[in-house]
Amino acid sequence: MQIGLGHYLAVGAILFTLGTLGIFINRKNIIVILMSIELILLSVNINLVAFSTHLGDLVGQVYALIVLTVAAAEAAIGLAVLVAYYRNRGSIAVEDVSLMKG
Amino acid sequence: MIVASLFFYLFAGTCVASGFMVIAARNPVHSVLFLILAFVSSAGLFVLMGAEFLAMILIVVYVGAVAVLFLFVVMMLDVDFAELRQGFLSYLPIGIIIGIVFLVELLLVVAVWAIGTHVPGAIAAPIPPLEAMSNTEALGRVLYTRYIYYFQAAGVILLVAMIGAIVLTLHHKPRVRRQNAADQIARTPRTAIEIRQVRPGQGI
Repeated sequence: MQIGLGHYLAVGAILFTLGTLGIFINRKNIIVILMSIELILLSVNINLVAFSTHLGDLVGQVYALIVLTVAAAEAAIGLAVLVAYYRNRGSIAVEDVSLMKG
Repeated sequence: MIVASLFFYLFAGTCVASGFMVIAARNPVHSVLFLILAFVSSAGLFVLMGAEFLAMILIVVYVGAVAVLFLFVVMMLDVDFAELRQGFLSYLPIGIIIGIVFLVELLLVVAVWAIGTHVPGAIAAPIPPLEAMSNTEALGRVLYTRYIYYFQAAGVILLVAMIGAIVLTLHHKPRVRRQNAADQIARTPRTAIEIRQVRPGQGI
């Protein structure tokens, strides 16, 4: 059976769904939420590269490279915010972040 | 061709299964390790699609930097993860409902969708044949010429992220005495030593 564009898009769709599901069911654990965001960005990259090779256009891979850069920067900033928050409060529970709402 | 199909199903199955384990594992360290497995198997998918440069970048950047950063933070923070998992089951039904709706919508889009007729004529940078040029060289020729500003912008984003992460996490404790190189270099024998005449039988 020939592996086509649809197979890769299905893998991307399943990974995207797993990422959103991870954000929903791990509401309290912000580290797993960050990992779910990484999964979502990975599925986006799989889609971009699949279209790039299917259409024969190299720009999709350039775009995937940019998405990868932004994902790495986002992970670094998110973990830095997490460490600073942990240092101030001694926990990483997500509900406590809304403390400043009064 | 059958080998390519086999490897596709191997990598896709590993990717999806480890993606599931990322969100379902009890221990966050296991989550990070499954995240690494998901990245490695999707790098295999990239190789199957012919984007070998992106596959290697995925391994170097994600497995080498981002996942290790996650592992470092998970191990550095002393958090009671059992407490954080409370409410897992109460969020599970709505999460599964939303996930199923999402997946059905996405798969419906994939099933009925078709490439427009004008798309093959609008290709910006056609992929050269593999005999003429490798994927890395072709990507470099496009990235460093036509998309040079995007490349520079990506570099600026990484610089800002690096400075931001350092600013957020660096803090000086007031009681810690630090090395001051300027003071050390400015020391002269006149300020550093003192010569006293000590007579026999007397203290200073």
